[in-house]
Parts: sequence; structure tokens; C-alpha cells
Amino acid sequence: MKEMHPGTVDVLIIGGGNAALCAALMAREAGASVLLLEAAPREWRGGNSSHTRNLRCMHDAPQDVLTESYPEEEFWQDLLKVTGGVTNEKLARLAIRESSHCRDWMRKHGVNFQPSLSGTLHLSRTNAFFMGGGKALVNAYYRSAEALGVRIRYEAPVDRIELENGVFRAAWVGDERIAARACVMAAGGFESNREWLREAWGQNENGEWPADNFAIRGTRFNRGVLLKAMIDAGADMIGDPSQSHCVAIDARAPLYDGGICTRIDCVSLGIVVNKHAARFYDEGEDFWPKRYAIWGRLVAQQPGQIGFSIIDAKANGRFMPPVFPGATADTLEELARQLGIDEAAFVRTVGEYNAACHVGTFDHTVQDDCHTEGLSPAKTHWALPIDTPPFRGYALKPGITFTYLGLKVNEQAAVHFSDVPSPNLFVAGEMMAGNVLGKGYTAGVGMTIGTTFGRIAGAHAAAAARQGESHAIA
Amino acid sequence: MQSLEALAREATDLAAGRNLPALNADEAEVGRILQICNACRYCEGFCAVFPAMTRRLAFDKADVHYLANLCHNCGACLHACQYAPPHEFAVNVPQAMATVRARTYSDFAWPTGFGKLYRNNGVTVALAVAGGLALFLVLALMVQGTLFHTPLAGDFYAIFPHNLLVSMFAPVFLFAALALGIGVARFWREAAPGAASGAAIAETTHDVLRLTYLDGGHGQGCNNADDAFTLARRRYHHLTFYGFMLCFAATSVATLYHYVFGWEAPYAFTSLPVVLGTVGGIGLLIGPAGLFWLNLKRHPEHGDAAQKPMDRGFIALLFFTSLTGLALLAGRDTSAMGLLLAVHLGVVMGLFLTMPYGKFAHGFYRSAALLKWAIEKRRPNPVGVGSDG
Ligand SMILES: Cc1cc2nc3c(=O)[nH]c(=O)nc-3n(C[C@H](O)[C@H](O)[C@H](O)COP(=O)(O)OP(=O)(O)OC[C@H]3O[C@@H](n4cnc5c(N)ncnc54)[C@H](O)[C@@H]3O)c2cc1C
Ligand code: HEM
Ligand code: HEM
Ligand code: SF4
Ligand code: SF4
Repeated sequence: MKEMHPGTVDVLIIGGGNAALCAALMAREAGASVLLLEAAPREWRGGNSSHTRNLRCMHDAPQDVLTESYPEEEFWQDLLKVTGGVTNEKLARLAIRESSHCRDWMRKHGVNFQPSLSGTLHLSRTNAFFMGGGKALVNAYYRSAEALGVRIRYEAPVDRIELENGVFRAAWVGDERIAARACVMAAGGFESNREWLREAWGQNENGEWPADNFAIRGTRFNRGVLLKAMIDAGADMIGDPSQSHCVAIDARAPLYDGGICTRIDCVSLGIVVNKHAARFYDEGEDFWPKRYAIWGRLVAQQPGQIGFSIIDAKANGRFMPPVFPGATADTLEELARQLGIDEAAFVRTVGEYNAACHVGTFDHTVQDDCHTEGLSPAKTHWALPIDTPPFRGYALKPGITFTYLGLKVNEQAAVHFSDVPSPNLFVAGEMMAGNVLGKGYTAGVGMTIGTTFGRIAGAHAAAAARQGESHAIA
Repeated sequence: MQSLEALAREATDLAAGRNLPALNADEAEVGRILQICNACRYCEGFCAVFPAMTRRLAFDKADVHYLANLCHNCGACLHACQYAPPHEFAVNVPQAMATVRARTYSDFAWPTGFGKLYRNNGVTVALAVAGGLALFLVLALMVQGTLFHTPLAGDFYAIFPHNLLVSMFAPVFLFAALALGIGVARFWREAAPGAASGAAIAETTHDVLRLTYLDGGHGQGCNNADDAFTLARRRYHHLTFYGFMLCFAATSVATLYHYVFGWEAPYAFTSLPVVLGTVGGIGLLIGPAGLFWLNLKRHPEHGDAAQKPMDRGFIALLFFTSLTGLALLAGRDTSAMGLLLAVHLGVVMGLFLTMPYGKFAHGFYRSAALLKWAIEKRRPNPVGVGSDG
């Protein structure tokens, strides 16, 4: 057969982020010849992985940068809680166990770890941080892959997969056909496909298409081309296609790749109003780390998909400094003017809130007793009147982190067609994260899933290629 | 890019609002970048700059000067930065820091007007060396009438009397030390962090002597041509630094011999000054050669391209000081000794003359910044930000 000539690669990897690189390295280590196709040009390589900072790791005792212990059961309970049970226990526990020992392998390929960053003490037990962040990790993997002889092609977006009864044959980049004995797809979610997002979020009662006002926190290259192709090919899917992880970010954030620094972390220290200067949710419901992920959706539901986080001088220095300076004014009227919201309504909202504040002992480190009385919606903790100039305001808009739709897999990371696993087509990372994380999120679990299933997919793809070859010879 | 300009302006206004001297464009660029870094913090593990940054919410002139000199230009945070060009945030920490760093040398320079010599520093160095060479060659000719002579068995003072040399080098050297000292003192005073404890001094000494912040925070080194880490820069710098120190020690020992013990040069090849000088001299050949090679291969976005003439001029000066010294040692019993001596002294004169107005300043300003950091980090953090997701 023509395809079996030595020019055909054993394992084709589609994607260039963490999951793809883990798969490529494992396949190469297993002796397979590997070609990796990254849609982005070199300077934008690495997908959302280059914006990450840590992965969540199980450990039974303190481990280099990780404090105390984080046993399997606790990790599993955390996952169960954030997903509300929308998870697959077998696959989840696989990822959890893998996370307890994958870091030695990561180090071997050049990844360095550091203790939790300042301002993230609450993650020092559960999450191992990458020194220099995800881009440093991605750089290290590319260096290692190149040194091991993985062939890498940038600006090679795959737009079509050629299948034969659930068996992978080739990928198409434009009109170029690239055949391989096995394939790992790790091309991320569909979060940067604006049309698809628009369709997923639909139209609201005011006739707006909310998704048109979203920023994409990560890469512009995750357009869900392969997800669509797989849906069309009849692959088994998992995860709610209409859902995405969505946080409130600075409205001045760029359309793509704003990453972590555009977050606004002062919500619980003040109030949030919409463009009509009305409050719409309890800003003090819970600790910010536990709540930041709901505010994207909350803002998305407001008219114009915009909100304004308002604080006064008392909040200064109590939250991670934001990337853009906020609007700053000595009077509420002036602040409203700067933010472009109705002055009278804004002053009224703040006045009502201030009057309702029942100040006890303010303490941002516990769920304190400062709350509002007789106000709707209430602010249940950390409610201090907004009365000390200068006042500050930050405009917020929804930022999409990732989407949940994915391909159903088994413990070999194989793609399924009508419940039958493909012998040589595998999938890893965001494209299948929905198996473990069907809903919700907890810091660092995206990289845990990507690393685990990237490694599994790479190893099995190498084995499948070997098998395919021996079959062909026999 | 309009939004960037607006940001820079706001940073300037912010500083002005607090009645501080307004930041110039280069300083404002550092302020703009640090505001992004402070919201990101991914690079905290690489060096001291980021932990120092997180102790601040805004960056005034003094902060920017301090952090720019704390930066070792290792490049790690450029290659790891998710906001580096072509991203529209265009974060390039080492470049912004390098630009300000060079300006601090000239802004703090004493006498004030001499700071200009830092600009077009390549030319300054070339002129100083040419002047030094001309001076000693002409002197040699005036003393002897010819550049060659019958071998003198290494009797340097037959060519240039000892007192003549002292009267020329001592004032220049003392002036260089004074000028550098005043510059660094001005830098220190701009935001004095308080008294240094013994522990702070010990830590600084350690960080200076080991060049801790060229190790990348993980021990694998800094970046040079690309995102791979290398210890080469640190090692070549060690050869340069310790080579220089040994040469300096050799000269000091020789001075002691001369004045305290009354032993006059030439000293035997196995004598302490010559051994120190030879070992140091070899380090000062290999080190600068390696640094030069690395400088040529440096990633184009890494550091401030406008300073390459200053860096390379200084590297060349060190290399030739050593080369001419070693040549003099090798040829001290020949008839060319006078010529070799004149050339060595000319180059050394060029080095001394440009010492306070060139790359040499970096060692002093960096050491001072490291001491500031060692003092500051032992104080309670003035910023206690809450945590996030
Ligand atoms: C701002 C931000 C911060 C985050 N922080 C963390 C964190 O700290 N910890 C954590 O665990 N998770 C974090 N996440 C989530 C994390 O990024 C993802 O879970 C993880 O990166 C997914 O890895 P991946 O390899 O599947 O996808 P990606 O890293 O997104 O890689 C997808 C790759 O596929 C390429 N590609 C796309 N389409 C094609 C195509 N058709 N052909 C070829 N190539 C294609 C893309 O160019 C890209 O290289 C964060 C996400 C964001 C946006
Ligand atoms: C006051 C300034 C200086 C004077 C008068 C001076 C003079 C000399 C003399 C006379 C020698 C020959 C020694 C011998 O052959 O025994 C020599 C050698 C040498 N000099 Fe200098 N020098 C000076 C500064 C420097 C400096 C600053 C450096 C480098 C940092 C340097 C590096 C060397 C080296 C490497 C040698 C050869 C090794 C040796 O002989 O010790 N010199 N110098
Ligand atoms: C006698 C003292 C010193 C000498 C002769 C010396 C020499 C040099 C030279 C030649 C370079 C190369 C320039 C380049 O291409 O980058 C350099 C760079 C550097 N030096 Fe030194 N140095 C001295 C002291 C110090 C000290 C004390 C420190 C630290 C506290 C230091 C830190 C650095 C760093 C970090 C660089 C590389 C960064 C850059 O490009 O600016 N040096 N030095
Ligand atoms: S250099 Fe870039 S990655 Fe590093 S802290 Fe600054 S903004 Fe973040
Ligand atoms: S270049 Fe190196 S030393 Fe300078 S700030 Fe970046 S990481 Fe720190």
C-alpha cells in the first residue's frame, strides 16, 4: 500500500498546546515518528496552554513546591462538587492519579516549577505553578520535542479529517493530504469561533446577541474546526454545546489573548452595577476565588453585556492590582460621568446601598458580618459603605476561557463512533475535557486533564501505529 | 498604538498627581509594563525584580530606577511572556529596563554634564583609548627617541619612571573611583531603603559574587539567543569578573611590594603579582571573548540594541587590556618592551578614563540595587493583596 512507505509518519498530532505536546513527546519516546501540526504561526504557538500558570496535583505528602497533602479522595470530591456530578469517575480518577507522578516527566522535558505566586496562597497546597507560566512550559516542550526529532509545522491548520469506518487515514491542510498510521487530535475547544459562540449563546429578550460582546481570554486559533468535523463524522460527543467557562474581565481587554491579567478582582470589596446603574447580584456571596467564575455569566445577562465594579479608597491595595487603571474621581457624579452611566441613578444606587450597610467587623479573610439589610439584591458579606474618595470604577465584560463540548473517550483516549472506540484516532486536552469536567471549573484541572490524556493518547497512538504497521506487513 | 500611549500618559499623570517628578517616556514605559506584570506575576520565580514589584501598586521614578538596575537582563521573562510582541501589550521587560538603566547611569553621573558620555559610548571609549595610546607612544618617543631599544631585562622604569606613572594613573584612577562613588551614592539616596543589616549585606555579597540572578531561578541559566537556558553568560561573566579582580589584586600586590617592601619591578614569573596577573589575564581574555560571542548571538528583542556599542566597547577594552598586558609580560625581555608597555598603558588609560562613564558602572549600580532589595525584602510587605482564582 502506498501509504505504508517510510515517508508516512507513524503519529500525526493536530494542535500545538499542552495536550498536543504531551502526546507528541510520549509518542516519540515510544519510538514513533511524529509530525505535529500547529495552526498558529510560531510566535503565537501553544494555544490557551501558553496562558496557564499551574496544574492541580494529587499528593500524599509535601512535594517540592506543594505544601501539605492533597489525597486522591479530596481531589475527587472537589471535582464532584464543581461539576455537580457531571463527570466520569473512572476517567477522573485516572487523571487524579496521573497528576501525582507526571511532574517528574514534565521536569525531564524542561518544565520548571515554582511555589504558588503571591496572592495565590490558597493554591499552595493543591496546585504546582509553572515557573514563568504556561508559555515557558510550552517553550520547554517544543525544545524537547525538536531535540527528540519531532517534526513541527506551524501555520498548518487542519480543516478536514479523512476517516474510513472509524479508522483515521489522513488529515487535510488546505489541499494537502497528510497521511499517518495514527492520529491524536488536541486542537482545543471552539471558544474563538465567534459564529459558533453566537449560536451557542443565542439571542436575548432585548434582541441582543450577547456573545458578540465577549472577549476570548485565550488564543484566536481554537475555532473548533475538528470538533465540527467530528460531529459531522458521527463521533460520540459529550458536554453541553451551549456552555462555556466565562469570567468577568476588564472591558478594555483585547478581543483575544487578554489572558490572566485582565481579571478584575475587587468585586467583593464594592458593588457592581449595570449600565442603568442598578445592582444585580450579591457581590459578597462567597470568597472571590469561589465566585469569580459566575460573574462572566452574570454580566453576560445584563443589557449591553457590561457591568461596572465600583470601589472606594478603602479597597485600595486589598486586591490584585488590575492591568488597566480604573476610572478615578473624587465624587460619585464625576465617576458616573467617566463611566458613561446615568449620574442620578448611580448616586441613588450607591446611596441606597450605603444606607443599607450594616457594618460589623470587616475582615476580608473570613465571611465577615458586614452585610446589607433590607436591600435587594443583598450584599451578604464585606458590605462597607462606598463613601471614601477617590472612588474607582472598572467596566466589566464577559471573557470566555474555554468551551465544554468534547469527544467521548475511554481510558485509552480513543475517539468513539456509536460507542465503538477507533483503533487509531485519539483525542486529548480541551477537546475531551468534558468527560471529566462536564461543568464548572477548579483551578489547574485543565492542565491536569490535558497532561494526563495527552500522555495517554500519545502512548496509545504510538502503539496503534506499530500495530498498524505489523498488520500491513503481515 | 493609541491605548498604549494613553496608558503611558496616565502613568505619567498618576506620578505627577502625587507631586513626584514626572516620568520620562522610557520610565513611563517601564511603569506601563510593570502594571501589566503586577496583574500577571507569572515571572515571579525568575529573579528579584518581580517580588520587588509586588511590594508596590504604582511605580514612581525612584521605583523604576531601582527596578531597572535590579534587572540582570537575563531575558527569561521576555521568552516566557504571554504578552510579548507581537501581542498588542508589547511587554518586553528586559528591553524597557535596559533603556532606563543606561539613562540612570548618565542621569546620576558626576560631574553632571559628563553623563552625556554614556550616549555614543562606543565613540567615547574609542577616543579615550586612542588618546591613551597616543599619549604613551609619544611619551615613549620623547623619552627614548625611538620605540625600540636594546633589551632592558624588564626594567619598565627605564622607559617610564615610576613616579611619572603614579602621577598619571593615580589621579585618573582616584577620579574614576570618586565619580562612580558619587553617581552610585546619588542612586542610593533617591530612595534609600534604610539601614543594611549584616544579613542583608551577606546576601548581597553572595548574589553579586555568584551572579545569582543569571541562574534563571531554577539553576539552568539565562536566555541568550532563544528560549533555551544557558549558563554560558554567567560563566563567561565569572571569568571576566574574577579575571579583572585578579588583575586588580596583582596591581595592588605590586604596589604593596613597591611601597611597603621596597621591591621594585620587574618581578619574577613565579612571583605573586605576576602569577595573579597571568591567571587573571587569561580569565580576562576568555571571559570577554565569550561575552562578545554571546552578545553577537543575543536575541534581537532582548535588551536595548542602542547599548550594543557601549557593551561591546567595554568588552573589547577589557580584552585588549589583558591582551596587551600579557604581551608585555611575554615581551618584557625584548627590544619591543617599550612599545608593548606604551600600548598596555595606553589601553589601561582608556579603561580608567571611561570607567565612570561606561558599562563598568553596571556592576556598582546593580550591586547597590541588590543591596536595596536585600534590605527591603526583610521589611513587612506594604501591600497585602487578597487572593484570587
Ligand atoms: C487565560 C487562561 C488561563 C488559564 N489558566 C489555567 C491554569 O492556570 N491551569 C489550568 O489547568 N488551566 C488553565 N486554563 C485552561 C487551559 O488553558 C486549558 O485547559 C488547556 O490549555 C487546554 O490545553 P489544550 O492543549 O487542549 O488546548 P490549547 O492549549 O488551547 O491548544 C490547542 C492548540 O490547537 C491548535 N489548533 C486549533 N485548531 C487547530 C487546527 N484546526 N489545526 C491545527 N491546530 C489547531 C491551536 O493553535 C493550539 O495550539 C486557562 C485558560 C485560559 C484561557
Ligand atoms: C595602573 C595601571 C597599570 C599599570 C601601570 C600596569 C602595568 C603593567 C606592567 C608593568 C605589566 C608587566 C608586568 C610584568 O611583565 O611583570 C603589566 C602586565 C599586565 N597587566 Fe597591567 N598595568 C596596569 C593596569 C592593569 C589593569 C587595570 C589590568 C586589567 C584589568 C591589567 C592587566 C594586566 C595583565 C593581564 C598583565 C600580564 C600579567 C602580569 O604580568 O601580571 N593591567 N601591567
Ligand atoms: C569588575 C567588575 C565587572 C566587570 C568587569 C563586568 C563586565 C561585564 C561585561 C563585559 C558584560 C557584558 C556586557 C554584555 O554583553 O551583556 C557584563 C554584563 C553583565 N554584568 Fe558585569 N561586570 C562586572 C561586575 C558586575 C557585577 C558586580 C554584577 C552584578 C551585581 C554584574 C552583572 C552583570 C550582568 C547581569 C550582566 C549581563 C546583563 C547585561 O547585558 O547588562 N557585573 N559585565
Ligand atoms: S513579563 Fe509577561 S508573563 Fe512575566 S510577569 Fe510580566 S506580563 Fe507576566
Ligand atoms: S530580564 Fe531577567 S532579571 Fe530582568 S526582569 Fe526579566 S527575569 Fe528578571
